[in-house]
Amino acid sequence: MQLIREEQKSKPTKKFDVSFLPDFLNVLLKEERLKDMEKYRIDQTKGMEFGLYTLGDHLPNPRMEARISAEDRIHEIIELAKLAEQAGIDFFSVGESHQEYFATQAHTVVLAAIAQATEKIKIGSSSTIISTSDPVRVYEDFSTIDLISRGRAEIIAGRASRIGLYELLGYNLRDYEELYEEKFDLLLKINEEETVNWSGQFRAPLRNANVIPRPKNGSLPIWRAVGGTPASAIKAGMAGVPMFLAHLGGPATVFKRSIDAYRETLTRSGFDPSEFPVSTAGFFYAAETTQQALSEYYPHINEGMKRTNGRGFPKQQFAQGADPRDVMNIGSPQEIIEKILYQHELFGHQRFIAQMDFGGVPFDKLMKNIDLIGTEILPAIKKYTAKNQEEEK
Amino acid sequence: MKIVALSGSNVGSKTRTAMNSTVKVLHENYPEAEITLVDLAEYEIQFSDGRNYLEYEGDTGYVAQTLMEADAIIFGTPIFQASIPATLKNVFDLLPQNALENKVASILVTAGSAKHYLIPEQQLKPILAYMKAQIVQTYVFIEEKDFYRKEIVNDDVIFRLDRLVEDTVVLTETYMKIREAKEEAYGF
Repeated sequence: MQLIREEQKSKPTKKFDVSFLPDFLNVLLKEERLKDMEKYRIDQTKGMEFGLYTLGDHLPNPRMEARISAEDRIHEIIELAKLAEQAGIDFFSVGESHQEYFATQAHTVVLAAIAQATEKIKIGSSSTIISTSDPVRVYEDFSTIDLISRGRAEIIAGRASRIGLYELLGYNLRDYEELYEEKFDLLLKINEEETVNWSGQFRAPLRNANVIPRPKNGSLPIWRAVGGTPASAIKAGMAGVPMFLAHLGGPATVFKRSIDAYRETLTRSGFDPSEFPVSTAGFFYAAETTQQALSEYYPHINEGMKRTNGRGFPKQQFAQGADPRDVMNIGSPQEIIEKILYQHELFGHQRFIAQMDFGGVPFDKLMKNIDLIGTEILPAIKKYTAKNQEEEK
Repeated sequence: MKIVALSGSNVGSKTRTAMNSTVKVLHENYPEAEITLVDLAEYEIQFSDGRNYLEYEGDTGYVAQTLMEADAIIFGTPIFQASIPATLKNVFDLLPQNALENKVASILVTAGSAKHYLIPEQQLKPILAYMKAQIVQTYVFIEEKDFYRKEIVNDDVIFRLDRLVEDTVVLTETYMKIREAKEEAYGF
């Protein structure tokens, strides 16, 4: 028996008409507001951006005996970024995880190599753990990457879900919240002010400090990485920074709550939501058919999660992920296009970034995915989301 | 099949005595099963600080990982101050959300008073259900008067214990088959 039959699947019943959208979304779609996200290098007239991200995991392919070397894995990631650029993908990012089964702890070094190997794709982190880093050094690294790449670098600052790096780098887990807030604030300040005066709890004070080099266009897009709950989205809204929302799986409508909460908080905190882009990040895998995509990707996700988190990914939940209303972008190219457009209607977001390399997916499959993105998925998404803008004009 | 018998208290001997009997019945009737007795009194376990369970070290890491690898867990618990002991609650707190998904959980309770009879129903089962366990609904409730010098002396309790062990194993086997069939049906 096959449970995932196309004709059995429920479809989102209603396309969201602009008139149903809350005011702040209507504002986002108005022609004169399309340039408002320039500070974050987002041009909405070109439609929604599509990116790839990797956590830099270095996991065995469950279908093979051994895993590739860390050397090969790092080269794979650099190669992936080059292929992404060739396919017309907008953005590529690399994360840092200081634990077993990961290889890009020095993610800024990998990003520098990618900056050198590419010419137009935007590059960033997914994410940079600002809590356990010195914001001055982080800024120096990223503005240097920005110069190497001639103005393509972005920072997505997060705070890690694991404690290993707190011990490794000598920080106290009890300061988890405050480390992040203080260092994130300092990072923003360095971005805004060329000469910084600052004092805080976790770093020596800065007196008329010039943090150089400065990025090519004066400032870097700095995003706040946010997990699933509205509580952390609200914090991004309070800070008045663009938000990167990670989602593993579940109904898209659940994640909409976080995005709504973010924009409401921006407004309440005196910011204009039309100036702040939202990006989502989640699992992605395309194959000829939805069933094939599920079957190819599942062992990687399940075994990879077991090793890195201690629990596999329930098969039932993964199977439900194929539903058009679920946020997991796994399926045939057509299914994925429909899902991403549905999510775009719900979220009004400016970028989606796809994680398709988790758990030792072999490189030929990654190439196949990039091919499907470049030839089928990306053109459809751009066409629809850009057309939407023109209709407004 | 991996079965863990967890004795959930640092205090007294009744729960451990009952768990010893349980493990004996398991060994006798299911020699092919892999059975581990974990008595919390024998380990130094830290309080949960919210980290991923893989990151605990020493005894804490051992207990958390042993439970996560089990197919079935028989929870033995006394009743303290009208609830489960803090030692047992801490074990739950060490584990992730949904930690008991695809596991069978059964319950054995020792208590000083018959007035405590509904406490596992009202306080332990909701935790197991929240953590997504498949629960053996009937539990064994053993009172002070059923013990004599670290032996269970009430035949009725002994029979009920035998049934609990059998129900735990049968439900685990059955649930494994249900799960296999269900996952097979997804076709990937």
